[in-house]
Amino acid sequence: MRYTTLGQYYDADSVIHRLDPRVKLVFTIVYIVSLYLGNSPFCYIFAGLFLAVVIRLSKVPVRYMLRGLKAVIFLLLFTAFFNIFLSQGDVVFQWGFITITRQGIETAVRMAVRLVLLIMGSSLMTLTTTPNDLTDGLEKGLGFLKVFHVPVHEIGMMMSIALRFIPILVEEAGRIMMAQKARGADFDSGGLIKKAKAMIPLLIPLFVAAFRRANDLAQAMEARCYHGGNGRTKLHPLKYRRLDFIAYGVLLLYLALMIVLKIVTKS
Amino acid sequence: MQLELKSVSLVYDPDVQNPKKAVDDISLTLRKGEFAGLIGHTGSGKSTLVQIMNGLLKPTEGTVLLDGQDVHEKGFPLRNLRRQVGLVFQYPEYQLFEETVLKDVCFGPKNLGLPKEEQEERAKKALSRVGLDARYYDASPFELSGGEKRRAAIAGVLAMEPDILILDEPTAGLDPQGRNDLLAEIRKLNEEEGTGIVLVSHSMEDVAAYASRLLVMNHARLVYDDTPRHVFEHYKELEAMGLSAPQVVYVMHALEARGLDVRTDVLTIEEAKREILRALGRK
Ligand SMILES: Nc1ncnc2c1ncn2[C@@H]1O[C@H](COP(=O)(O)OP(=O)(O)O)[C@@H](O)[C@H]1O
Ligand SMILES: [Mg+2]
Repeated sequence: MRYTTLGQYYDADSVIHRLDPRVKLVFTIVYIVSLYLGNSPFCYIFAGLFLAVVIRLSKVPVRYMLRGLKAVIFLLLFTAFFNIFLSQGDVVFQWGFITITRQGIETAVRMAVRLVLLIMGSSLMTLTTTPNDLTDGLEKGLGFLKVFHVPVHEIGMMMSIALRFIPILVEEAGRIMMAQKARGADFDSGGLIKKAKAMIPLLIPLFVAAFRRANDLAQAMEARCYHGGNGRTKLHPLKYRRLDFIAYGVLLLYLALMIVLKIVTKS
Repeated sequence: MQLELKSVSLVYDPDVQNPKKAVDDISLTLRKGEFAGLIGHTGSGKSTLVQIMNGLLKPTEGTVLLDGQDVHEKGFPLRNLRRQVGLVFQYPEYQLFEETVLKDVCFGPKNLGLPKEEQEERAKKALSRVGLDARYYDASPFELSGGEKRRAAIAGVLAMEPDILILDEPTAGLDPQGRNDLLAEIRKLNEEEGTGIVLVSHSMEDVAAYASRLLVMNHARLVYDDTPRHVFEHYKELEAMGLSAPQVVYVMHALEARGLDVRTDVLTIEEAKREILRALGRK
């Protein structure tokens, strides 16, 4: 209950941790795009290997990453289910109105692999970047959008606060659940409606707590004269270093190889 | 009734590299009618221990026995344990959720499956115990002041009429007046109804004046389980644990060191005064 690793920061000292957050942002976006580029098994194997190397470099334990995947297992099964049963094509199995096609299985596997890689890839960014750095990276990396009056700073701030709140709320939910259990509440037994009803004593205090915390945070920010991004300077301005340029080089190489793979394996 | 912990240990996170025990090999027995204080610095495992006591956490090792029966055995109704051993969490005001105070306090009795009239009867009794009268019944719990919310939440557990009531730092964040009132109410409950009390605190002064038994925790272990008088004899060891004996204990030890023949096992200022006068009178 206490541990949702998805979107949380894992403290370690690694090359990946030391990269400029902008690099990691670009990396993540390019990586996600690359997953939709290639379609052949080779592309996925290559993308998977690449991710494995980066994970290894990041020193984030694999077990820890897999724990994060647990949270989305339902989503995975859900997409796989629909792909398998609702695709048209060469029938490989038929029973009553249920038909399974070769194309269906292929799509299901492809989607599942893609989703897993996508989630692992993007969670690696949040695992290796502190919320502060993430905000800075977003703000600076997307700074050009300011020309179009996009409140870049505010969006970055909101994102990092949201990430920061996840573990706090999970912990709070655990505590409230325990407190209600101590008053004889039963969250586990009964049918769906009874279970849903049983959530009320958990959800109401949780909402109240969320609002209270948000309010406290807003006041603490105001007390420190926070007023958005205008005229705000940084204690540690982001600056590209050698490592970051190397990383961009690696990324370009990866993308190039991916495109080559796609073309070669097309036939 | 009696609740017995037999060498219980608990590890929260067995997955990490060096699993740390939050509770380490603790054995003790609680009985109806007694007033025990549980102290220890922050993180020593007090909250974890009390959650084991009413079955919310299952110990990794050891057993919890309610009148000789293992509560984690298959088929044991844990709800029975929670009815007999009530636990008021730290900052209990965050568990309020109903539209009215009365309804919220009824939540516990309702979960016990009592008929409506008895739910309300118990709720009203519990509310009057904590000093909230009929004017509060229909108020929204979210409109109350901090101290009133705390009282309402405590009433929510009281209404289950447990034989042993455990309160996890119930005075945290209250003003001195509110603190004294609450502690006095708890003592009254112990004296009038014979409810066993376990008062968790990190303040010696709070506990010393009320408890007849002191449980002291340090680094997940139970280091003392004795009367306050005996425990305070170890005031030097207590200090090494980040705790302290009540001020008067220090005064008496200082006086003794300077040659005044006084008893050092006093607990309250009143007692100290008498003892000093007696020693001076004899001189
Ligand atoms: N839900 C939890 N998950 C993991 N570790 C916990 C949890 N709750 C408490 N701990 C750890 O267990 C130890 C004892 O905590 P706790 O029982 O809350 O101590 P106390 O109430 O005396 O302050 C602490 O080191 C704390 O960090
Ligand atoms: Mg505690």
